[in-house]
Amino acid sequence: MSTNDPYAGERLKLSPFYPRASVLNIREAWSAWNGYKFAEYYYDAEYEYFCVRNQCATYDICPMQKYLVKGRDAEAMLNRMVTRDITKLKLNRVTYVVWCTDEGRLVDDGTIFKLASDEFMLTCGSSCIAWLRMSTYGFDEVNVFDVTDDIAALSFQGPTSCAVLKEMGLEGIEQAKPFDILRFPFHGDTLMVSRTGFTGDLGYELWISPGLALELWDELYSAGEDYGIQPFGEAATNMARLEAGFIMPDMEFNEALKTVHFEHDQTPFELNLGWLVDFSKPHFNGRRALLEEKKRGPKYTLTRLDIEGNKPAEGSYLYGDRNCKKKEIGYVTSAMWSPAVKANIALAMIRTDCLQGEIWAEIYYEKELRHYQKVARCTVKDKPFWSPPRARATPPPDY
Amino acid sequence: MTGKTHDAIIVGGGHNGLTTAAYLAKAGLDVVVVEKNPHVGGAAVSLELHEGWVYSNCSYVCSMMRQSIHRDLDLTRHGLILVPYLGTVNFGDDGQTLIDYPSEEAAHLELKRHSPHDADSMHRFQADLARYAQFIRKTLLRTPPDPTSMRPRDIRELLFLGKQMWSLGEREMYEYVRFFTISAADFLEDYFENDLIKAAMASPGIIGTALGVYSPGSAYILLHHVMGDVDGNIGAWGLARGGMGAISEALASAAREHGAEIRTTSGVQQILVKDGEACGVVLENGDELNAGIVVSNLDAKRTFTRVMDRNDLPPGIYEKAKNFKIRGSSGKVNIALDGMPQFTGVPDNRYVNRGGQGFTGSLKTMERAYDAWKHGRWSPDPFVESVIPSAWDPTVAPPGKHWMSNFVQYCPPTLAEGPWTPEERDAFGQAVVDKIERYSPGFKDLIVHMEVRTPHDLEQEVGLTEGNIFQGELTIDQLLFNRPFPGYAQYRMPVKNLYMCGSSTHPGGGVSSACGANAAREILMDLKKPNTVPEDDFYDE
Amino acid sequence: MSDYDSIIIGAGHNGLVCAAYLARAGQKVLLLESAEAPGGLAANREFHPGFKTSVAHVVNHFSDRIASDLKLARYGFEGSSNVTLVTGLGREGRHVTVDGHSVTGVEQGDAEAYRRFAAQMRRFADALKPFWLKTIPRAAPGKWSDMSTFARIGLKLRLLGKDDMREFMRVAALPARDLVDENFDSELLKAVLCWDGLIGSKMAPRSPNNAVLPMLYRTAQGQSGTPGSLIEALQASARAAGVEIRTGTTVDRILVNPGQDGLVAEGVILAGGEHIHASRVVSSADPKTTFIGLAGIDNLEIQFTNRIRRLRCDGFVAKLHLALNGLPEFTGLDRLNGRLLIAPTMNDIEFAFDHAKYGEYPPEPVMEIVIPSLQDASLAPQEKHVLSAHVMYVPYRPKGGWNKQAKAALYERIIERLSGYAPGIRDQIIHAELLTPAELERDYRVSGGHWHHAEFALDQMLMMRPTYEAAQYSTPLPGLYLCGAGCHPGGDLTGAPGHNAAREILR
Repeated sequence: MSTNDPYAGERLKLSPFYPRASVLNIREAWSAWNGYKFAEYYYDAEYEYFCVRNQCATYDICPMQKYLVKGRDAEAMLNRMVTRDITKLKLNRVTYVVWCTDEGRLVDDGTIFKLASDEFMLTCGSSCIAWLRMSTYGFDEVNVFDVTDDIAALSFQGPTSCAVLKEMGLEGIEQAKPFDILRFPFHGDTLMVSRTGFTGDLGYELWISPGLALELWDELYSAGEDYGIQPFGEAATNMARLEAGFIMPDMEFNEALKTVHFEHDQTPFELNLGWLVDFSKPHFNGRRALLEEKKRGPKYTLTRLDIEGNKPAEGSYLYGDRNCKKKEIGYVTSAMWSPAVKANIALAMIRTDCLQGEIWAEIYYEKELRHYQKVARCTVKDKPFWSPPRARATPPPDY
Repeated sequence: MTGKTHDAIIVGGGHNGLTTAAYLAKAGLDVVVVEKNPHVGGAAVSLELHEGWVYSNCSYVCSMMRQSIHRDLDLTRHGLILVPYLGTVNFGDDGQTLIDYPSEEAAHLELKRHSPHDADSMHRFQADLARYAQFIRKTLLRTPPDPTSMRPRDIRELLFLGKQMWSLGEREMYEYVRFFTISAADFLEDYFENDLIKAAMASPGIIGTALGVYSPGSAYILLHHVMGDVDGNIGAWGLARGGMGAISEALASAAREHGAEIRTTSGVQQILVKDGEACGVVLENGDELNAGIVVSNLDAKRTFTRVMDRNDLPPGIYEKAKNFKIRGSSGKVNIALDGMPQFTGVPDNRYVNRGGQGFTGSLKTMERAYDAWKHGRWSPDPFVESVIPSAWDPTVAPPGKHWMSNFVQYCPPTLAEGPWTPEERDAFGQAVVDKIERYSPGFKDLIVHMEVRTPHDLEQEVGLTEGNIFQGELTIDQLLFNRPFPGYAQYRMPVKNLYMCGSSTHPGGGVSSACGANAAREILMDLKKPNTVPEDDFYDE
Repeated sequence: MSDYDSIIIGAGHNGLVCAAYLARAGQKVLLLESAEAPGGLAANREFHPGFKTSVAHVVNHFSDRIASDLKLARYGFEGSSNVTLVTGLGREGRHVTVDGHSVTGVEQGDAEAYRRFAAQMRRFADALKPFWLKTIPRAAPGKWSDMSTFARIGLKLRLLGKDDMREFMRVAALPARDLVDENFDSELLKAVLCWDGLIGSKMAPRSPNNAVLPMLYRTAQGQSGTPGSLIEALQASARAAGVEIRTGTTVDRILVNPGQDGLVAEGVILAGGEHIHASRVVSSADPKTTFIGLAGIDNLEIQFTNRIRRLRCDGFVAKLHLALNGLPEFTGLDRLNGRLLIAPTMNDIEFAFDHAKYGEYPPEPVMEIVIPSLQDASLAPQEKHVLSAHVMYVPYRPKGGWNKQAKAALYERIIERLSGYAPGIRDQIIHAELLTPAELERDYRVSGGHWHHAEFALDQMLMMRPTYEAAQYSTPLPGLYLCGAGCHPGGDLTGAPGHNAAREILR
């Protein structure tokens, strides 16, 4: 980006896939993500959602922040930063991580790709270069490069996704286990494919240099033509991720460094991500605070709820009694009617000590300008709402 | 000659004096405001100094006006409307520009072209600043407690402050102390690397103060300027339609509606004290007005050293007033323009001038301007903060013509060589015009009329000692329970029945009406009248 | 297995004090010093054959209690409770001298004002004095038991009476300039009185907030004497208590191992590779050196290390040592004892500072001069003398960096300035040594060459010194403690940080 372009602030950046994606965005339904012009949806959010669940679909993840962390101390630096043990991560593998403040509060979540013994790629939803800079302070040999604009990335999800990649000629792609990284020659360059995604289903993410972005798109769409390929936007993603039980900033959690009020941010334990916190590691950021939190038990726990009826419990308060007379025990963070599982689902922050008792949601909804209120029984679900075996199988079934 | 006896006389019709008058009158008191100028408003005025052009020739922007007062006194019905700025453009030393867009996405991209790191860090900066601002805002419409007192109310208020502090959490308590005491430059160093971004963020830290960006304490002043809000957007600035005088006129109109009398061209010669109690004033024309209480809207130094007899004061007060830090450090150049100036390196669109222009330079440029002030000079490369209100206020310039307000930091109250002369004043104005011309070639040719105001002029016309726009420096020794003097921070002055309601009192300068409202609350309490002054509203923070 | 109860890194005066207290409580203590002799910045060092002096050149408020606890008098420290005289050198030999109670060389009005002023400052200083030897607790929920310290500070202030308390709360954050402007007329006297609020810091008379507390810290009554004899006595006292002192031994890093509840500091690794184990490690090095250099970044938390990074610890003082072939003659001055200041007006100080702000060194530096050989004849050959001067303001990182020419030019300016008051001095110089802050950092292992280890400022004081979580002498790394000037109460030769750290360790 030129520092001399006075218009820089007024022009959203265009993804390398934009020339193709814009043709398909018939509704011109654009919003913005990290400074990129970004599709809210292309034709119809629910249609796109069903493409993800039933066929295959692409999601432009160029705006996702990508950082290359390189150098002799790269592993040590990342290992101190995140709560998981990165030293256990094998070459060409990916892992989902969270990182916390000294007080054990979530700064952000993301994935780490181990590309070489001294080279990692970190991806996350919003910019984290300032935190990375703080984290590298004091290490002798580690450099962080923002490569967001240097890599074009496309998430490719859905039951037919593996078949399409095979059709495209990516030999051996079916052997990729979840969180594996594979590389394929592509027009004289390398196409990196990871078996990762944000939909809770079979899916891949494709990484290529921006100059070959359109070639990739064209080959993928040509191979996927008979498999129902379709781009999907933010709206459909949000539906799929909620079914998969994945958390979103500004929905399930506040990024700690952007939080104004004391302890209005969350710990991994509150977000039910305790499994990401590896206390066998002697040190990582927030360890002391998290150890205390673990001993004490989190005040709130993020919980999956199946709610009776069909009115989405968006923004609802939760109570321990049907009359909603006692003090509220929590609140819903995300909610929707799941078209695939035919259930009224939600993620909710609930007081840990109230999880065993009854849970009732106070739901407000509207019918033709009349406003109604109802109280619905909630059932805690241990498993994600959507978690088909194919998401984990290697090789995956052909659809 | 003895006139009729009023309940209260307000000395000075600045916006705080008018606020006090409105609230006292609203409570049913017989109130008279005496103002030396032919117009009310003090430093919040709109004056037609060139035919067709209306200048807000002193204060020029509004962000701190307490909305609960605006709402309570129904100022909109009295003609006041505040319209927020769109983004401000900052100009760096090297011709670089930085635009503060209203859209978060756009602002982020704009920052990113200067420094991706700083663009990211801005989120943390804004969250931290919002946290500090929320803390301070809760104190604005409250009377500071006296920490040496054991009265239940003082203890309660002290506990309130303690509780606010405690609710920040341990880390933020310390961070808050740090923020409150360090320099703007050190504070910003923790977030930013880019010179222009640092400079743009630091600039509110020097406005109106005799401190530099490297002086400890300037970080708080930065907050003092951005803790205001327009419609809940912390840090947003706005213009009053019709100029800053519109605020004063609306307050005056509200006060009159409640029955207050406002006498302009009635400067006060002296505040009268009989048997140790304030009892009235003598006007410059010799008229004497009597009242149960006297409320001074003048600054602390002027009140006690100019309009009161030293013999009427308890021992030590005169010295305290003499030592009160009220340093002139700002100048103002008001310019009538033949057309809209074009600025280099700025997008050519209709939105960009609908905000401010900050001729910011870098931290060093600003600091060097401060160094010049210490030497009793003005800098050839001053910090100038400008706005072209006519870009969105149709009432202040003829159609197609414009007026530009240029606030200049720093400008000494007296020059090293001696007092200001008209020639020196013009040279100062020229330095400002030269600076703008560097970023807007052809600017000089657009000038139709120009008014240059040094601290000296401000003192002469408005009555602010040394031309200090805050009625006293905003340093810890003069804030909260130290403002204006320790032991007299609750609006009651050392002489019985004498009160102060101007910016020399807590919470200090800025067109906020908070000082005036707080003073009214204390007066009503002393008179055992029901309180009519609202609490602040915080948008349910 | 631990070889020692405590290993103390750095045998500066605080390291010595801490070691002595720990050993007297029965601990097995090893004190490691990388220089050839203990003392740190207070150690006498031969800078020219036969001529010695120390960087820190006055002891004027060393804690009485520590001196008596450690029996320093018995070991040769002849402390006196007299306040060190401060003389402001005036132009044409018209000087001003203050002794903490009265002033000479000014008009009657100022002399009376000074008596009032000094008495009030002493009242404030006395109220605060007990707290320099206390641990300032964390202001955190669940720490109520420690809160009594805050209550006691509050009570002490209340006991000053309403007027004094109010005045204290007003002046506590006042710029030095305003404080003295309110009281005095004489420009020279004002400059002299400013000095103790500013020396060593990145501040000038107009800088708010951070001048008055250091002034009161230095006004607190204590022992004065020579740095050399203090270090000798501390060393003797520590050895007598059983402290093992190893000089010429550089610690490469702190040995950190995983323990049951996370990492624990368990000893040190020397530059030669030797591991020494101990139940705890106590560092008298500055916080930046301790945490970033010795403890290791990957053993600490991210925000914590970044708070250490942002500590303001760039030194602004250069040190001049002159070997003189006789006693220098200052115009109009017959006694050269005490401290001599070349800072004729507050503006001189302010404008010298203005240059340093931008990384330039001032054309007319201001300085504090001491002739240490007057008090301690062993510092120079017979009939010869040593002049020691703190020169302000000299940037740690000047524009263009430090090089020979820059240093030579600065030296020339200093001598020129000095000659204005001691006209013959140039011809008396046998040898001169000028240490820039960068050289102080290199030679004495002090980050930024800052003798307070970290700027003495409100945000870096009390329970925020050096930063919270490390302000009660323990650190976020269990087993690692701090005992240097980077902790409460701060720099100068007081012994307080070392004393307080030992108390916390023994708790």
